[in-house]
Amino acid sequence: MLRLEGVHTYYGAIEALKGVSIDVAEGEIVTLIGANGAGKSTLLMTICGTPRARVGRVLFEGENITHMPTFEIVRRGVAISPEGRRIFPRMTVLENLQMGALTADPGSFDRELEAVFHLFPRLKERRDQRGGTLSGGEQQMLAIGRALMSQPRMLLLDEPSLGLAPLVVKQIFNAIREINREKKVTIFLVEQNAYHALKLADRGYVLVNGRVTMSGTGAELIANSEVRAAYLEGGHVEARA
Amino acid sequence: MTSIASNKVASEPGPALGAILREAALTALVAFLLTLPLVGLRTVESGGSVSLRTDFTSVALAVGLVFLGRIGMILNREGYPVPVLAVAIVIAVGATFTPLPGSLAYVVILAGSLVLGLQALLAIRRSRSTLSLQERDQRMDQIGAKVQQIAWYVGPILVAFAIALPMLPFADRGLLGVAILVMTYIMLGWGLNIIVGLAGLLDLGYVAFYAVGAYSYALLAQWFDFSFWLCLPLAGLFAAFAGLLLGYPVLRLRGDYFAIVTLGFGEIIRIVLLNWADVTGGPNGISGIPRPSFFGLPFDRSPDEGVTSFHQFFGLDYDATHRVIFLYYLILALALLVNLISMRLRKLPLGRAWEALREDDIACQALGINRTNMKLAAFMISASFGGLAGSFFATYQGFISPESFSFIESAIILAIVVLGGMGSQLGIVIAALLLIGLPEFFRGLEEYRMLAFGLSMVLIMVWRPRGLLAHREPSLLFSKYADRLRAGKPAGGAQ
Repeated sequence: MLRLEGVHTYYGAIEALKGVSIDVAEGEIVTLIGANGAGKSTLLMTICGTPRARVGRVLFEGENITHMPTFEIVRRGVAISPEGRRIFPRMTVLENLQMGALTADPGSFDRELEAVFHLFPRLKERRDQRGGTLSGGEQQMLAIGRALMSQPRMLLLDEPSLGLAPLVVKQIFNAIREINREKKVTIFLVEQNAYHALKLADRGYVLVNGRVTMSGTGAELIANSEVRAAYLEGGHVEARA
Repeated sequence: MTSIASNKVASEPGPALGAILREAALTALVAFLLTLPLVGLRTVESGGSVSLRTDFTSVALAVGLVFLGRIGMILNREGYPVPVLAVAIVIAVGATFTPLPGSLAYVVILAGSLVLGLQALLAIRRSRSTLSLQERDQRMDQIGAKVQQIAWYVGPILVAFAIALPMLPFADRGLLGVAILVMTYIMLGWGLNIIVGLAGLLDLGYVAFYAVGAYSYALLAQWFDFSFWLCLPLAGLFAAFAGLLLGYPVLRLRGDYFAIVTLGFGEIIRIVLLNWADVTGGPNGISGIPRPSFFGLPFDRSPDEGVTSFHQFFGLDYDATHRVIFLYYLILALALLVNLISMRLRKLPLGRAWEALREDDIACQALGINRTNMKLAAFMISASFGGLAGSFFATYQGFISPESFSFIESAIILAIVVLGGMGSQLGIVIAALLLIGLPEFFRGLEEYRMLAFGLSMVLIMVWRPRGLLAHREPSLLFSKYADRLRAGKPAGGAQ
């Protein structure tokens, strides 16, 4: 469904991605893990067209989207929940969700809203509250809900667990699984929380300094000693949880 | 500072006199050093030669005032605001009734005691309220929300008052003139509000569109003899086109860079008008701009052969006020039109996309919003409103020159929008009344008018740092949405 072929992305003279190739098949949950500064967010944003890949191609459902403006890519059925949530703080929850539906078919608004409220009942309680007054976890739910309102076929998530309590992280990841299973949305998840991400994902990639160094199924990567050493340090603590 | 604290502990809990005097004397010394060359020494021209004149009275006065003022500030700080307030009031009243060496001294004393008094008031309030800053902010927002609620009633009342204004007994020509001016700025404020308040782009060159509208009308009327009613939409179109021209290259910029470029654009337009003398008349401007007619009936005392004038048609005696009243209603109608369109736009997907752009540019992109098109639309609509106001200005004044379109105009319009509370329609009306209406009534203060202008801006920013009515009313509430669902109408995301 989504395919990156030898993508190089630069920030000026700095090469952030050094030839990354990734495949995401329809219906999968694929995760990308890596340390700070490995280029995870850059990779996600490259898929969306800002910054653009200088070398290589990005294909979505066989179509070359490398040089498309972001809004064109999004209108093809890719939704992004950006890093740091980026909800609209002065708008209410309902208005935030409405903004997500701006490019969608207006006839299905009510159904999508119901689906999001079903997925995150907390949002329904808070529907008239301003986005900025929500807690971090609720804001993350809102960011995902807003992305879902455009009825995407593929959802890109940038560190949804960032700065959240373990219990809330669990809720969010359960919701992601539900989105994937029930709504048949393909998911590409960028995470630092490697343990949870790999447990959730069908397959995973490890990004180090702009290069993919490892890939495999989630279970394989969790079992891999290098991954354990680099990303699951103290992982036994999480494993117990 | 430490000496004050230690003395306080050592002696009684009151402020230490010595420390206060020392601090005030230090400030007075700075004031003396500053005023001595700036105020104390003046060059005067006498009989072809320049000589130096000394003015030590003013220096002494200034130093004395600074000394007293500083003591007042210290007392405010140290927790004695009540006596300071009392003394400030006494001094302000006393200065009004005592003959002083000059009006400048009066203004300085008045302004100084006003500032001190306000500071004291704020200190009193702060000592009584245990609210934190955030709670205060929240409460301000609640006040804003309440005002927005009553705006539903206040709005129509204001409109009714505006409609009735020319018929009220005290409405003379002068008052109507001020009202027209205020209304023009309200319209400009509402127009700029679309760019600044809704789309969140800081435009420092809005006056450019105002100028384009004014010159469009003046030139079309001069060269092609077009009537006002034909020129009005054309002026709007030209201004919108100017907005497109400016917007296209500029919209990729952000924040400060964007503001600077719009500032430059405003100046470019003015300089072109100034130098393209063949067409625009250069610094001489364009005079004899035709006045609008009332559906073909001119407002002349003795119209041309075969033309019926307004007063003849309605069987009235000729009165020059008729034209002013007509112009007043014209600008009122234009302003209300702008208000109506912007209120409507806010509820449409376009308006919501603007608000989202203001909140978070990057998130908007992630939601599939075409930022460039949205911003261009904001620019063009806003510019066309500016153009309409400009062509009204041209026909009202009958004379335009580049001088009327300097940067200060942009700054005033922006000040109206910001002080009103970005995005608030009613706030803009209040801000325009304060910033345009009051200085007009204070023309008696002459050159100190701008001082009062600055003071009022500072005061508003101290009290309401987010603007007079900074509260955003949600465009969609769930209760209303549920009502619509029950009525069987789909609410829709993007109809």
